[in-house]
Amino acid sequence: MAKAAVKTKAAEASVERRPALGGRAVSAPGVKVEILPPAERISLRAPEASVAALSKALGVTLPAKPKTSEAKGGRTALWLGPDEWLVIDEASNDPLADCAKVSALHSAVGISHRNVAISVAGLAAEVTVNSGCPQDLSLEAFPVGAASRTILGKAEIVLLRTAKDTFRVECWRSFSDYVFTLLSEAASDAAN
Amino acid sequence: MLLIRCPYCEEERPELEFRNAGEAHIVRPTNIAGESDDDFEKFFFIRANPKGVIYERWRHIHGCARFFNAVRDTVTDKFVMTYKAGEPKPAKLPGASK
Amino acid sequence: MNPAFRIPGAGRLSQAKTASFSFDDKSYAGIEGDTLASALLANGVHLVGRSFKYHRPRGFLSAGAEEPNALVQIVRDDARKTPNVRATVQELYDGLTAHSQNRWPSLAFDVGAVNDLASPMFSAGFYYKTFMWPKSAWKNLYEPKIRAAAGLGVSPDRPDPDHYAARYAHCEVLVLGGGAAGIAAALAAAETGVRVILADEQAEFGGSLRFESGAKIDGENGFAWAQGAIAKLKAMDNVRLLPRTTAFGYYAQNFVSLVERVSDHLKSPGRELARERLWQVRARRVVLATGAIERHMVFADNDRPGIMLASAARTYLNHYGVAVGRNVGVYTANDSAYAAAIDLKKAGVNVAAIVDLRDNPTGPAIDEARGLGIEINFGRAVIRAGGKLRVSSMTVQPKNGGGERTIPVDAILMSAGWTPSVHLFSQSRGKVAFNEETRRFVPGTYAQDCVSIGACNGTDGLDATIDEAYAAGAKAAKEAGGKAGKSAKPKVDASESWSRGMLGAAPGAGPDTTVKAFVDFQNDVTAKDIRQAVHEGMHSIEHVKRFTTNGMATDQGKTSNMHGLAIAAETLGKPIPQVGLTTFRAPYTPVTFGSIVGHARGALFDPTRRTATHPWAAAHGAVFEDVGQWKRAWYFPRAGEDMHAAVNRECVTVRKVAGLFDASTLGKIEVVGPDAAKFMGLLYTNPWEKLEPGRCRYGIMLREDGFIYDDGVVGRLAPDRFHVTTTTGGAPRVMHHMEDYLQTEFPHLNVWLTSITEQWAVIAVQGPKSREIIAPLVEGIDMSDEALPHMSVREGKICGVPTRLFRMSFTGERGFEVNVPADYGEAVWEALWAEGQKHGATAYGTESMHVLRAEKGYIIVGQDTDGTVTPNDAGLDWAGGKKKTDFVGIRGMARSDLVAKGRKQLVGLKTKDPKVVLEEGAQIVEDPKQAIPMKMIGHVTSSYWSENCGRSIALAMVAGGRDRMGQTLYVPMPSGTIEVEVTGMVFVDEKGERLNG
Repeated sequence: MAKAAVKTKAAEASVERRPALGGRAVSAPGVKVEILPPAERISLRAPEASVAALSKALGVTLPAKPKTSEAKGGRTALWLGPDEWLVIDEASNDPLADCAKVSALHSAVGISHRNVAISVAGLAAEVTVNSGCPQDLSLEAFPVGAASRTILGKAEIVLLRTAKDTFRVECWRSFSDYVFTLLSEAASDAAN
Repeated sequence: MLLIRCPYCEEERPELEFRNAGEAHIVRPTNIAGESDDDFEKFFFIRANPKGVIYERWRHIHGCARFFNAVRDTVTDKFVMTYKAGEPKPAKLPGASK
Repeated sequence: MNPAFRIPGAGRLSQAKTASFSFDDKSYAGIEGDTLASALLANGVHLVGRSFKYHRPRGFLSAGAEEPNALVQIVRDDARKTPNVRATVQELYDGLTAHSQNRWPSLAFDVGAVNDLASPMFSAGFYYKTFMWPKSAWKNLYEPKIRAAAGLGVSPDRPDPDHYAARYAHCEVLVLGGGAAGIAAALAAAETGVRVILADEQAEFGGSLRFESGAKIDGENGFAWAQGAIAKLKAMDNVRLLPRTTAFGYYAQNFVSLVERVSDHLKSPGRELARERLWQVRARRVVLATGAIERHMVFADNDRPGIMLASAARTYLNHYGVAVGRNVGVYTANDSAYAAAIDLKKAGVNVAAIVDLRDNPTGPAIDEARGLGIEINFGRAVIRAGGKLRVSSMTVQPKNGGGERTIPVDAILMSAGWTPSVHLFSQSRGKVAFNEETRRFVPGTYAQDCVSIGACNGTDGLDATIDEAYAAGAKAAKEAGGKAGKSAKPKVDASESWSRGMLGAAPGAGPDTTVKAFVDFQNDVTAKDIRQAVHEGMHSIEHVKRFTTNGMATDQGKTSNMHGLAIAAETLGKPIPQVGLTTFRAPYTPVTFGSIVGHARGALFDPTRRTATHPWAAAHGAVFEDVGQWKRAWYFPRAGEDMHAAVNRECVTVRKVAGLFDASTLGKIEVVGPDAAKFMGLLYTNPWEKLEPGRCRYGIMLREDGFIYDDGVVGRLAPDRFHVTTTTGGAPRVMHHMEDYLQTEFPHLNVWLTSITEQWAVIAVQGPKSREIIAPLVEGIDMSDEALPHMSVREGKICGVPTRLFRMSFTGERGFEVNVPADYGEAVWEALWAEGQKHGATAYGTESMHVLRAEKGYIIVGQDTDGTVTPNDAGLDWAGGKKKTDFVGIRGMARSDLVAKGRKQLVGLKTKDPKVVLEEGAQIVEDPKQAIPMKMIGHVTSSYWSENCGRSIALAMVAGGRDRMGQTLYVPMPSGTIEVEVTGMVFVDEKGERLNG
């Protein structure tokens, strides 16, 4: 095709962001299940030697202990594996850009749109999550701040306990319908 | 549903989070392209499949996502112990009677 | 109307709370708190069912979960017709509707009862011996007829409208069984502060305290004490009480499944209530307090309605305030039936006589019965019962023979002793041991962290039980991390105690008679059947069980196992432990499928995954197909178009103008790290080190065996960053495969993998106008052929949002794949669509995608390959790095069979008649005239109508295919043989000029 190169021009208006299940919420006695607003997220992988530099750049300490998380200034770092953290930023800052400044060995990959976050809050929150999650979610075994990748029914989730009676459930975008529906159905039974 | 101790998560977690990944301690030859037919057969096809203690690989796929090794009794289906990938076969098993 | 058999002042139900119900279309009055059984008995109804095989009239044997006879159908509405509900367990609610089962035309007159007369034909092993031939009769005659005749209720024929909940729970101490033992253990454990779950199958806790009028604990009547203790437990935060909950399965590492009946006892359960809730509990320690089950006496016609366990009659009286008759007889080999006789007598029921097999038993119960003036006959047996639809008499004879005496009765209470409920212990893989002295199996060797207490452990007497239970509860809690408890152990002030009894057939049940002395009521197994099984050579209890079906009904032999075993042992002349006990298996009592399924039905059966553009596609009429869990747009029919027409139009439009296709489901993995290229080189056959950032390559991944595992286009974004794509179906396993090698074989490499499948929505824009459609929306990327040649990738912006823009093609046309963050996917699609509309572009689905790629001979892994195809077989040798010394599969693909001549190779096929479209999977032969079975030399892997080519096209795996170019082969089909010509795989634009067209 002997055409001249097509000229590029600056796009003027940005298009609408349409988060999966945006704004959906279900209330049942003792528990509310709700889609949380979009957040910035990265999957961070790094050897031990890089942890200090990355923690400094991110402004939050990357936890070294399994099943824990650290939070500071709207940013939460969840231990997912011995060299893996999920960093969630709810303050509209860019953790990917912060990591880009770090020369120490690491891999930071943007996954803000990969995950959908669902809040499960209320006295029956623990029971609601336990309808599909086989882990012991008592405060002794899964205290506030505990974080873990695990299973909810037939989907994989990342579970974070943000308060005594509040969980943040993260799942992949296309599983959000399933996860939200399961949590909603479980919620209706949880207070019984 | 079994509970399996993940050596990376340092606790027992429900079996649903795990996936079996076959026999452990089978080393991929460094010069695999130069392996004889017999050696490749041993490496790739031949497995012990014992009645009793087996060394196998598991992955905490829906947890920390790490592969690790486990010693399991195929008769009782009980896990004897688990240890990290890359660690040598344990010389002595806890509570081993034989 | 006060039902005739309700005794004023007796029982614990409030007479004020009435509930009406119907049984076989007749209305009755009951009381809230009744079971269907107690309510029917209050109305004098004993006949409630017909037996499985002989259609004998049956009544209530028990007052609990062990019930083998009183199985009814509970009907709530057209969709809710639950068969085989034990009337002894079903709680009454106002308006309950029940029907008897296995009878026609009516319960009192059942034609099937002819089986009873013809019973010599239906002895043990009858089915095995009789219905053996002809084979065809099984399908058409035997099975349907037998099933109809030996029915166990009618299955509902509509989807279950109820919903079922499920829950995982964890606790330190799980107590199974809420009788005196379980309550005491729970009290002791709960005080230590650990999490305790106490479950009991009944609506109210208390177990045998429901009927044991002689029990007194902490100065209170036993049942009242139980209610007080339960109230105390209920008030504790660390205790969860689960009434109406049956532990039915005990699995490894103290994982116990329980089903809670949430709303079956309610008149009109709200929609928000689940019908049942499955609990899967993981406990540090399990305390088994499952009690014991009373055994019946095995004598002739012991199944007549009105004949029941002594403890059942006592429960109906002491708990429900119902007399099971006005003139009852008692037949026993143990003390516990005396207590029943005493309670009934005190309530004003005439006790005609107690017949006791034992010669000269002594004890307080016997003295008390005598003191009440009840006639007692020692050393005598009831040799048969009279009556048919209801027992009318018992015939008594000295047990060693002698004169018979017939005593009129309207009920017989019987007790042969108590069988410890070791079911759950046995399910836990514990080994039972036979106690010779007490003649019962009790827990022996434990396999898990559990302990048995009370009657299920063979512990007799309330005193000893409470002692044992309290200590066990405290110990279990302490071992599980509890603190020391403070309060005092409950004090037993008065208790009942009975043990011993007998196993096997009583006199009058053989050995030489042909009478029906039932061992297993539910499966109609008699003492004679067991003996016959032994005589016919079944010497193991497992064989006897299967030959006779003793213990194989849904009650799992709760009342029959020990009798059957004892009769077999006696016939064999062996001690009982040598004959052995059959294995107990889950479930303890029948469990609904609904409970097992739980939430996993409908939308929650399996996740349905949808891409970001799904709403747009649905709004534009897309027909979707399932690809794994994904819903993918299959084709976009316009008005009047069928699939064929839509696909033809889509395919032509793409090659003439352009098309938009949602490729978001393709797996995507970001490979990051200084060793990324090295790692890629080990996982793919291709060379990667020299691929420049900004360029792409088609990668082929093998397994170690040398066969193709996956493929996809890989873009290098930076020296240390690759954007890898995989097949849609391969995404999770490719990630797993790559992680496996990275973590366990190449852990020295500094590289990490992150799934970004769902981070990016992918919009493929393919066709000669594709660049014109995309370019106006793109910012910061030079779209010229020089700057962005085929197989390259750039990062920039589209519609103001970040994009990874790939110039690549799965159609053979100039093409792009626009990656944008998923939440922007639909809006960017809409913008591209609007641009596309200016040129007349189409949206196309997976079907057109398949056709377009086949026209170009691009393979689909999993369709054109099947896990036994090497790169060479697929004609993809060109992609492999020739100088590479290692990659996964390098050795496997060099195996002699994989490089041998004559392997199946991927080729194109053209039918001689261009209008004939081959069937995918069809077999290919060289000579269609050869004898059947023909030698098949290949098969069709892909086949389509190609509107662009004006003919059908196909890909096929054919032995030595590449050496057969131009050859004519044959595809034999049922409708005739199809002639095909072997061709190359590219049907459109063989030179590949359109990629820049």
